[in-house]
Amino acid sequence: MALRTEELMLNMGPQHPSTHGVLRLIVTLDGENIVDVRPDIGYLHSSVEKMMEYRTYLQNIALVDRGMDYLAAMANEEVWVLATERLAKIEVPERAKYIRTIMLELQRISSHLIWLGTFGIDLGAFTAFLWAMRERERIMDLFEHATGGRLHHVYFRLGGVYEDLPDGWTAECTEFCDYFLGRLPEYDELLTGNPIFLARTQGVGVLTTEKAIQMGASGPVARASGIAYDVRKAHPYEVYDRVQFDIPVRSEGDCFARYLVRMEEMRQAVRIIRQCLEQIPSGEIRSRVAVTVRVPKGEVYARTESPRGDLGIYLVSDGGDKPYRVKIRAPAFSNLYALTEVMRGWKVADVIAILGSTDIVLSDVDR
Amino acid sequence: MSTDPKDLRRSTALPLDQALEVLDSLPGGGIILTKVEQVLNWGRAASVWPLTFGLACCAIEMMQAMATRFDFDRMGVIPRGTPRQADCIIVAGRATIKIAPIVRRLWEQMPEPKYVVSMGSCATCGGPFYYDNYSILKGIDQVIPVDVYVPGCPPRPEALIEGFLKLQDKIKKEPFLRRRVYDAAVAESPTTLRSSEQA
Repeated sequence: MALRTEELMLNMGPQHPSTHGVLRLIVTLDGENIVDVRPDIGYLHSSVEKMMEYRTYLQNIALVDRGMDYLAAMANEEVWVLATERLAKIEVPERAKYIRTIMLELQRISSHLIWLGTFGIDLGAFTAFLWAMRERERIMDLFEHATGGRLHHVYFRLGGVYEDLPDGWTAECTEFCDYFLGRLPEYDELLTGNPIFLARTQGVGVLTTEKAIQMGASGPVARASGIAYDVRKAHPYEVYDRVQFDIPVRSEGDCFARYLVRMEEMRQAVRIIRQCLEQIPSGEIRSRVAVTVRVPKGEVYARTESPRGDLGIYLVSDGGDKPYRVKIRAPAFSNLYALTEVMRGWKVADVIAILGSTDIVLSDVDR
Repeated sequence: MSTDPKDLRRSTALPLDQALEVLDSLPGGGIILTKVEQVLNWGRAASVWPLTFGLACCAIEMMQAMATRFDFDRMGVIPRGTPRQADCIIVAGRATIKIAPIVRRLWEQMPEPKYVVSMGSCATCGGPFYYDNYSILKGIDQVIPVDVYVPGCPPRPEALIEGFLKLQDKIKKEPFLRRRVYDAAVAESPTTLRSSEQA
């Protein structure tokens, strides 16, 4: 007699230690195999796009810090000031461009460290979390010294940055670069060669190149699937066209490839910071821009490479001191849906590994 | 070392290395007299286990507080993954109207006695999302009762630690045992106690 089996609906989240925020996954299971995964998003929808229509261009810098991807506040500020500066044709002094690039790369390292720590916890490696947070705390010190804020900096301004780097900051930053590069081999020992970690990630959740393009994946997720696309190379902004760096690309498309891509990106970020610290010129840090700047009528699309991928802002201005309409293109949103596609057919424990390797931030998904 | 009873009563003020000396000088030394309630509260205050439930940005600072450098474990704060094992919920970040019923349900699933720490401006009052916004709850205290509010956007890990110290002070002052005895008595004979309350 054949046993009658039923499919089981499993509710993961919104309160789940591994959903990295308030994501709800409705998983349909056949035994231990995943039949279907449907993400239920919107638990952190903050109506940022609507709120931005009621704030001036300057006030919005503080809002995009909090309302968008909160792990990479600088990246949000960057895409917002970039869009506004392009539409209002505001010039940015050379020194400010270098300072911005340094901050953006520090932010990339700090964001990847949070990912590394939480990914480690998801797969049972608690030490990785403690070590990653230790390094991140040093970046927080650098940020606090320069901007006054740990998580939300409100440091970039239209036409420059708020304040010049404080005395001794450059030396501190150089010291951090040396320190951090010395630490990275320890992570390799801890995770990259760890048999348990390899068993959980290698060959798991393969995202093919075609699927990645179809679903609009970007950033490390796309680069781990063989797409050599990075906005910093394809559409350079700030001083990314003046520094040497490589884009790590893997063709496997599994969780381990996504891990390797991010680890290499941290090394490349240090390389960019070092070059910027050498080349940084002295001079002005901000051009003169009115506090309530009126942006001429028109529309613009600005894109940057945030730690999670291709972050874009579509800005429409009607000539007033507030934007008429803002649309945010969030990388985590596309990446989440690309990877829930590949979850089918894997075991229920692999959901955690695949989701952890996506590096989603729900604030970026829901906005 | 004085053995004046007046000084002995303030035993908490004595340095720890002199504690044995004082105890031995007492008749039947090695015995400490205190209130059962005080001991219970002392133990409870030193082991507040919060639920890991991060909503938004403040959750990152909460993680940082639990990790290296700040090391929340030394206050006895150990994160738990399920509300059934937790004493306390840290509402870290902005709560939307969509998540509000879930926060409420998590709070209801926690066993008594339970505490709520509202971390950051968003959980306290809506923060920067107070105006021109259709989706954010204007403060988590509309859904669950809050014990400690920690201000900041986001609060530093030190601020969260101070919030927990405040919560520990609150726990230490609670008439925990008396309330438990009273609740048990009410459960046994609801009518008599209730009528006496009315009288």
